[in-house]
Amino acid sequence: MSPSTSKSALWRGVLAGLPFIIVVVPFAMLFGVAATEAGLPLAQVMGFTVLVIAGASQFTALQFMIDNAPVLVIIASALAVNLRMAMYSAAITPYLGDQPLWKRAVLSYVLVDQTYNLAILDFEENPDQTTAQRTAFFVGCSLPLIPLWIGFTWVGAALGGQIPPEYGLDFALPIAFLAMVAPALRTVAHIAAAVTSVVLALVLGFIPLNLGLLVAALIAMMVGAEVERRMA
Amino acid sequence: MTYSDTTVWWIIAALGLGTFLIRFSFIGLIGSRPMPPWVLRHLRYTSVAILPGLVAPLVVFPAATGGIPDPARLLAAMVTVAIGYRTKGVVGAMLGGAATLFAVQYLLG
Repeated sequence: MSPSTSKSALWRGVLAGLPFIIVVVPFAMLFGVAATEAGLPLAQVMGFTVLVIAGASQFTALQFMIDNAPVLVIIASALAVNLRMAMYSAAITPYLGDQPLWKRAVLSYVLVDQTYNLAILDFEENPDQTTAQRTAFFVGCSLPLIPLWIGFTWVGAALGGQIPPEYGLDFALPIAFLAMVAPALRTVAHIAAAVTSVVLALVLGFIPLNLGLLVAALIAMMVGAEVERRMA
Repeated sequence: MTYSDTTVWWIIAALGLGTFLIRFSFIGLIGSRPMPPWVLRHLRYTSVAILPGLVAPLVVFPAATGGIPDPARLLAAMVTVAIGYRTKGVVGAMLGGAATLFAVQYLLG
């Protein structure tokens, strides 16, 4: 593996991550605004964003804190929202597990929806890459996103004012996630898993702490795997 | 919000550490040890099993409209998936979805 190919994998990662700036910036600002308006001082808003780096769970924790929920309930529900990342962790292990422990720890810190989903698309499309190239791509995806996530939380906290909901910024996240998942619908098995996921997530929406999504995802994975096995 | 400063810092620390451990779980513990084929077969569907379900309620019952289904958001979601599926391109799908959202919002006033 020559260093130049790792370098080009890094740049491919950066390029893949760039479009998601338009999602990360408004989402980060929204968190900064919301946390500040809920009464958190700047240091704690930034503490959240730097240490947790998981928007959906940060909003969950914030909502429970506004409701003055018990501390353990806040922690349990916000962590439940992040449990999907354990599945991401398992799914990237065959591709990146060769790295030494400290590198795996660093990669874990930047394992978010965008980096995982962009990387897995690339790993499956280019199966001949070395672990070093895959790592470079993964890090590349995170470079335009993580610093902006942190920076624009600060901007949102500093602005404090409300961003008008009629701009439709709330919908940047769903569009980004759909744009990431649609190209991955390569086979009948993938489509079957995706349809199962949508139907069950809507049906199980009543289950608290976002746990309905986890059940939906686990069953959808089983459906995908089973369809693949029968088609093989 | 009635928590003390210290309590809020404890919440942040617990969430930060807990989230890191969730992310680190498999890649940290399993590392380069091989996983059985049936596990790998399931893991191949992680993306397509989670993201559609994560997004579905946000598309069908958007908070910005008070949870009432909204034609602009539904159409934008459909266009995003259609373009991404046809072209296999992430960027084109995002731009197409965003353009649809703004166009329909503008047309419906």
